[in-house]
Amino acid sequence: MVKQTETAVLLSNVVKRFGRVVANDKVSLEVRRGEILALLGENGSGKTTLMNMLSGIYYPDEGQIFVNGQEVRIGSPKDAFSLGIGMIHQHFKLVDVLTAAENIILGLPGKAKINRAALAGEIREISQKYGFRVDPNKKIYNMSVSEKQTVEIIKVLYRGADILILDEPTAVLTPQETDRLFDVLRKMKADNKAIIIITHKMHEVLSVSDRVAILRKGQVVGTVETKDANRQNLTEMMVGHAVSLKINRPQPAENGQEALKIEGLTCLNSDGIKALDNVSFTLRSGEIMGVAGIAGSGQKELCEAITGLCPVQQGAICLSRPEGENLNIVGLTPTEIIRSGISMAFVPEDRLGMGLVASMDIVDNTMLKSYKIGKGPFLDRKTPRALAKDIVGSLEIVTPGLNAPVRLLSGGNVQKVLLGREIASKPMVLIAAYPVRGLDINSSYRIYDLLNEQKKKGVAVLYIGEDLDVLLELCDWIIVLCGGRVSGILDASQATKEEIGLKMTHIDALKEADL
Amino acid sequence: MRPLASQPDNSRKEPFIRITKRADISRRNAALIRSAAVVLALFTGALLIITLGHNPFYVYADMLKGALGTKTVFKETVKTAVPLLSAAIAVALAFRMRFWNIGAEGQILAGAMGAAYFALFQYKSMPHWLLLIVMCIAAIVAGGIWGLIPAFFKAKWDTNETLFTLMLNYIALGIEQYLQNGPWKNPRSGFPKISMFTAEAKLPKLFGVHIGWVLAILLAAAAYIYLTHSKQGFETAVVGESTNTARYAGMNVSKIIIRTMFISGAIAGITGFMQVSGSDFTLTENTAGGVGFTAITVAWLSKLNPIIMIFVSFALAILEKGANRIQTTFKIPASAAEVLTGVILFFMLGCEFFINYRLVFKGRKERSNG
Repeated sequence: MVKQTETAVLLSNVVKRFGRVVANDKVSLEVRRGEILALLGENGSGKTTLMNMLSGIYYPDEGQIFVNGQEVRIGSPKDAFSLGIGMIHQHFKLVDVLTAAENIILGLPGKAKINRAALAGEIREISQKYGFRVDPNKKIYNMSVSEKQTVEIIKVLYRGADILILDEPTAVLTPQETDRLFDVLRKMKADNKAIIIITHKMHEVLSVSDRVAILRKGQVVGTVETKDANRQNLTEMMVGHAVSLKINRPQPAENGQEALKIEGLTCLNSDGIKALDNVSFTLRSGEIMGVAGIAGSGQKELCEAITGLCPVQQGAICLSRPEGENLNIVGLTPTEIIRSGISMAFVPEDRLGMGLVASMDIVDNTMLKSYKIGKGPFLDRKTPRALAKDIVGSLEIVTPGLNAPVRLLSGGNVQKVLLGREIASKPMVLIAAYPVRGLDINSSYRIYDLLNEQKKKGVAVLYIGEDLDVLLELCDWIIVLCGGRVSGILDASQATKEEIGLKMTHIDALKEADL
Repeated sequence: MRPLASQPDNSRKEPFIRITKRADISRRNAALIRSAAVVLALFTGALLIITLGHNPFYVYADMLKGALGTKTVFKETVKTAVPLLSAAIAVALAFRMRFWNIGAEGQILAGAMGAAYFALFQYKSMPHWLLLIVMCIAAIVAGGIWGLIPAFFKAKWDTNETLFTLMLNYIALGIEQYLQNGPWKNPRSGFPKISMFTAEAKLPKLFGVHIGWVLAILLAAAAYIYLTHSKQGFETAVVGESTNTARYAGMNVSKIIIRTMFISGAIAGITGFMQVSGSDFTLTENTAGGVGFTAITVAWLSKLNPIIMIFVSFALAILEKGANRIQTTFKIPASAAEVLTGVILFFMLGCEFFINYRLVFKGRKERSNG
């Protein structure tokens, strides 16, 4: 390859602070043309902040940035574009009602009338060059997540970017789509572009990158050639100490009783579209059932239907009760479900927007579901305070105090408060939606341990996850959702990632009939 | 592919001033910023006074004298503070739920009309103390209903409460004007006026000011306890933070919105009752007189804490009375006095920005610890 070692971007001692938090502390980094650099680090290690300074969203407090050997000031995304730097954000910035082509030229100078034929031609040219599959005239709202991402990438290329930054591009993709994206990235690399990919997935780093820069707590702790790296040593650099990457899977309880039985469940989402379509499965005590699927395949509605938050169109949700018969909770409100004696815990996906009250302290959050207990119009904070103290102690929650608002805690500690409270209610069924999303490795493994403890206690656990490796290691069963339908229920000890990935996008009509 | 746009002039275009968020600020520094704001406000006010051709020291001294100088003016100041305090409590309850009730004005009028009905037409049918209680209950019900209407629509159809409560102000005012010009008009007067209340319908006095001041302070204490220690107050705060969390916790969001707004409207209604029965002794279109809007300032300056509202409402009353005074003694026009009040409020509210943010000037290296 020509000019393999030509430096595209050089960051020198870049510092960015937010209040007291130092997001990037004297970071120096080199990005070369014709290579894929992986930026690896845990959440909060400063990867995105660093890249936002390259793309003109933040302005560094100290330090220098060189592009093509020249010192530059990047004060706005426009500046970044004119230097050939383009960033593909984790959350797509597209206009839903416009077509792919319209989104691609949006914001660019041009004549009042768009020459659509020429534009489509140009887009096709880019697509062919790198192997994209996209229809320029398709509206964004009709697109899958991976198509939208493609549009974002073309948008950046169309503007002439030759330094591309991708922020966690695979978080929303299936394994197959990820492979396709990586092919594209390799072609762009061959075209002598500089590519930076932000990720915390180890196997992707190893498969696609040439070099890896590892960030920890805002600092670059090292840069290694990918060919010299492996999963274990990268993790250790990322976390700062040795960790075991094995998730333990205790034997599920033999003949666990049916704790949750769902039959033919159909729900509409808030837009009136079928979010769940004829979903049936049974969850037994003492086992963990994983739910896999592309984001937005009905996971949220499934959790909320079971907890009485999402209205049910059709079907039955039967829960066992310690005393009395099984109860179909369809049509009951959350309060009625609690009153009926069913003990169910729910760790929602949106921790601070649903599971907890961000501005309240740990004590008040501990009593969020139990504040009504006790007679009289006044709150009893004594019992919740004791419980909060217990949770903080036993889960080793790092907090300035019991009276600190939970929004001041780190993501891992926020999750521990939430999970701690839910576990403290001694549930029969525990539903955890993306419980490790955004958590660092240590916190994630602590959460897996806590879920396993619950499983050993005989709790039926429903685990909504996104990382297929984790689902395969942690769960006993994996139920795959595709467009609101169950496309397969697999034994996790037998299933493979490819198998799940395939079921995430395709429904085998014959197999479905058997389920 | 498109050619690169022309290279930008990347010549050191670091912005002159940047704004960065502060790490938490010590109590001392916050107090320092607030005091600086007061000094700056007085200084800017002084410039205004000087351009008007007066000595700022005399004018400020006279403002204080006009608000606190004698027993009589002190009583007047307290009388001004009372409705501000109780209306601020009313809106604070709604604000805690992030329900932007800017309709306290209308709710005050509704309460005043409810109380006035009994004061004007039923004063003969019951003893003094009972009449006052009935008037108060009527005000609570009328104000409460006026608050409940937008809450009901918000809970059922998610209507915009800001517009809704604002529009209801004009409807309340319209009803009052109709009553004043028609059915409740004093037949012996040539002007469209409602007759004065009889002695039976007037609030008794304590230390020379109508008993409403005791009621307002009690309300502040009760509201403080309600917001921080009651189950209902907890629900209000949770709904304010996130309706999703509230639903998740098993709360009935609609019920909580409606209930809280009823209470908010009811307290505004009590304000109206105190105004007609303690201060004006009749119902006019100026009974609310902007109190419902000034109360929003009081509520935010106090960070929605009812205890702090006691002091803030008193401070605003001093400002208002002082501004009135200098109009007569120095012949400063009313509009200029209002500008002066506005300047002081602007600095007080504006300093909150500097408590949360910090400016970094070009070329200055940031200290490592903000």
